[in-house]
Amino acid sequence: MTAGTAAGSPRLSRRRRLTFFLLFIVGLVALWEGTKLLGGDPYRIDGEVVWTPPIDIGMASDVNMPHFWVIFERLFKPLTSGAEQTLAGYLFDQALYTLRSAFIGFTLGGLLGIGLAVAFVHFGLIERAFVPYVVASQTIPIIALAPLIVYLVGQNVTSVVIVATYLSFFPVTIAMLRGLRSPDPRALELMRSYAASRRAVLWKLRFPASLPYLMTALKITATASIVGAIVGEGSGSLQAGLGRALVFFSQQYTVAPEKLWGAILFSSAVGIVCFGLVRLVELRVVRARPGEEPG
Amino acid sequence: MTANAPGAPVVRLTGVSKAFGATGSSSTTPTVALSNISLDIQRGEFVSLIGPSGCGKSTLLRLVGDLTEPTGGTVQVNGKPAGQARLDRDYGMVFQSPTLFDWRTVEENVRLPLELFGYDNAARAERTSEMLELVRLTDFARHRPYQLSGGMQQRVAIARALAFSPSLLLMDEPFGALDEMTRERMNSEVLSIWARTGITVIFVTHSIPEAVFLSSRVAVMSARPGRITRVVDVDLPRPRGLETRESTAYFSFITEVREALRAGQGTETDLASVERTAAEGLIG
Amino acid sequence: MDAVRRYLPAALILVGVLVAWEVSVQVSQVQGFILPAPSAIWAALAENWTEGYAILPAARVTLFEAMGGLVLGTVLGVITAFVVSRFPASRDTVLPLAIAINAIPIIAFAPVANNWFGILSPLSKMAIAAALVYFPIMINVLRGLTQVEESALELMRSYAAGPAAVTRQVRVPNALPFFLTGLKVATTLSLIGAVVGEYFGGLSATLGRVVVAAASELRFDVTWAAILIVSLGGIALYLGVVVLERLLIPWHPSVRGERPA
Repeated sequence: MTAGTAAGSPRLSRRRRLTFFLLFIVGLVALWEGTKLLGGDPYRIDGEVVWTPPIDIGMASDVNMPHFWVIFERLFKPLTSGAEQTLAGYLFDQALYTLRSAFIGFTLGGLLGIGLAVAFVHFGLIERAFVPYVVASQTIPIIALAPLIVYLVGQNVTSVVIVATYLSFFPVTIAMLRGLRSPDPRALELMRSYAASRRAVLWKLRFPASLPYLMTALKITATASIVGAIVGEGSGSLQAGLGRALVFFSQQYTVAPEKLWGAILFSSAVGIVCFGLVRLVELRVVRARPGEEPG
Repeated sequence: MTANAPGAPVVRLTGVSKAFGATGSSSTTPTVALSNISLDIQRGEFVSLIGPSGCGKSTLLRLVGDLTEPTGGTVQVNGKPAGQARLDRDYGMVFQSPTLFDWRTVEENVRLPLELFGYDNAARAERTSEMLELVRLTDFARHRPYQLSGGMQQRVAIARALAFSPSLLLMDEPFGALDEMTRERMNSEVLSIWARTGITVIFVTHSIPEAVFLSSRVAVMSARPGRITRVVDVDLPRPRGLETRESTAYFSFITEVREALRAGQGTETDLASVERTAAEGLIG
Repeated sequence: MDAVRRYLPAALILVGVLVAWEVSVQVSQVQGFILPAPSAIWAALAENWTEGYAILPAARVTLFEAMGGLVLGTVLGVITAFVVSRFPASRDTVLPLAIAINAIPIIAFAPVANNWFGILSPLSKMAIAAALVYFPIMINVLRGLTQVEESALELMRSYAAGPAAVTRQVRVPNALPFFLTGLKVATTLSLIGAVVGEYFGGLSATLGRVVVAAASELRFDVTWAAILIVSLGGIALYLGVVVLERLLIPWHPSVRGERPA
């Protein structure tokens, strides 16, 4: 048995991994409630105080950190009194809406990032001209830029997609720049000795070499595109999307914090799902480490 | 480090076999790579393993080095199980690709095993410069691997493998990626190192001329499942040099090995393939 | 001469854009309101450097918050990566947590963090910055630690080297290029995190608050001046990482250039 640990090994059985995942959920809840037990607000049953936490942690109050069962309960109550949908149903619809914009942003951002990196690697002039601005673009806080984009493009899905793309392309560009340049110069020389065209070198050598870097970046981009979509939605007055839900609920934070937390939970869940999807693709595309081979 | 009785073989393979996919996954039928291999290698010998692609010669070498485990039979190195020999650092290994660390200079690469084995600074410096001298790369000590040619990188790998004075050197097609001229030169280098250090060498190759030129014995393997079909004693005088490569004895040993190889692959009556192998022998 | 060749294209683009911008503002009045001309922004910057909206002192505080968040997020990210690479079984527990943290959109997390750590405390902004920094660092370092060439691992096995030695001699140097890739993304994110946190509330002497204050008084020239400083700060940090690259991984093909020495 080789002592190596490669990306994605050892392959745990599906059951064990599910167990670990559930353990994680349980652990998270335990951490949450544990903090409240230690430093939150007094626990009451029918108005009687049954437990007073020993220390005082400001952030563990019932306003800042509602009990998880309160959040959970609230998800299955109607969105607003008299509404048909539950909070969970509402958030689910918004999540789907956001996911659509995010996915487009993810794809566009990925393509843009790859395209820029390819251009930069092949044309030194373009690289020297534009890389500083690519980098600079990410230094402008999106929260300042998003309203401007909405103002220029309009209160529609396009502006949301633009914001999502904006946050998505940078990690991909940086990773591809590193990855496209990572092949050994000796290998590049070999290709040159074959009078291989630049395109052949690109497809046969540079792209395969950059796959690990790309996959890592896409994992970052998966969640970045969602954040971008949400920020974009929050900056305008679009009538749908998790961004709108978050803005709406954060305004009601002091009155009903559970709603905001429910929305945060959904946003996180969406992020995890997207990340998982990218990971699935990664497992297919980046070759798993070969087992022992005859030779 | 080696606790072996004098006269006892350095490496003893007894009925060794190796099958892949034999345990666990039911979807693959086991591939038998090696079948019932028995071989003794004496101290100071230079033994080559040669065979067609996929015959398991690299696997065999890795079994000796305890980089994989046999599914049958035993592997003894210096009178110990292969695993213990690895823990005792009885052997050095040179792979097909030099596997040098990009982030280390040449001398830092050679120093790697010495650092791992707890040599003190003075000993490290001494052994490293000795090894670099041995492979004639003293001037390149501060260079980085990417600044060296393929042949030079392999020399660094050899220096690294010998740094901690193992009694056994395992080489897995180390010169496969080099051109013919460099390869012949490297062959002479290896022989001179071997003569100077008295080390035991197991050398895997698919080049018949190389195997004959270097070895005291050539173990010829059959196609999968690999067996040793024949061991050819190469009785060429030493030291071997340019004259050796032109002697009739050299060519007749090459023929002997080639015929043993063909015997292991099954009969070939195709005239074209017979002519092809004859042409190879003339060029090699 | 080489330096000119290097910087000329970018400089030309910059000049071109600035000129086009200035001209277009002269032509269209409405645009000049929300997006003032470069000359107006420059003037606002000069006026409010140490007086008025006091951009310079504000920048110092924001940078401090960003750096704190960067260090915090990097340390946590690196530790997580090491733990997961050493105990692969923990991957399925730790990774979802990291993704979950990363997926919380900043406009939700910022008010929460402000609530938790105190709206005026720099710690709340550091927490937001750290939350943004954590994931890129962690995922890159994890990849660098685990994506090691099989032949290198075999070599170490032939030396009967233990996991600690393998980590020190092989995994860590291998991870360095990946880490620096992550750091490039992280430095800009740390500044953004700090500023966005300030947006939602914080000490008035911070760049985020300057932006909000100026916007509420319709002084868009000042808001853009402040944003410009944020941007320049991010660029400076990024360049810092580039310098670090040349120092730490001069051997990597992407740094040493493609001509074999």
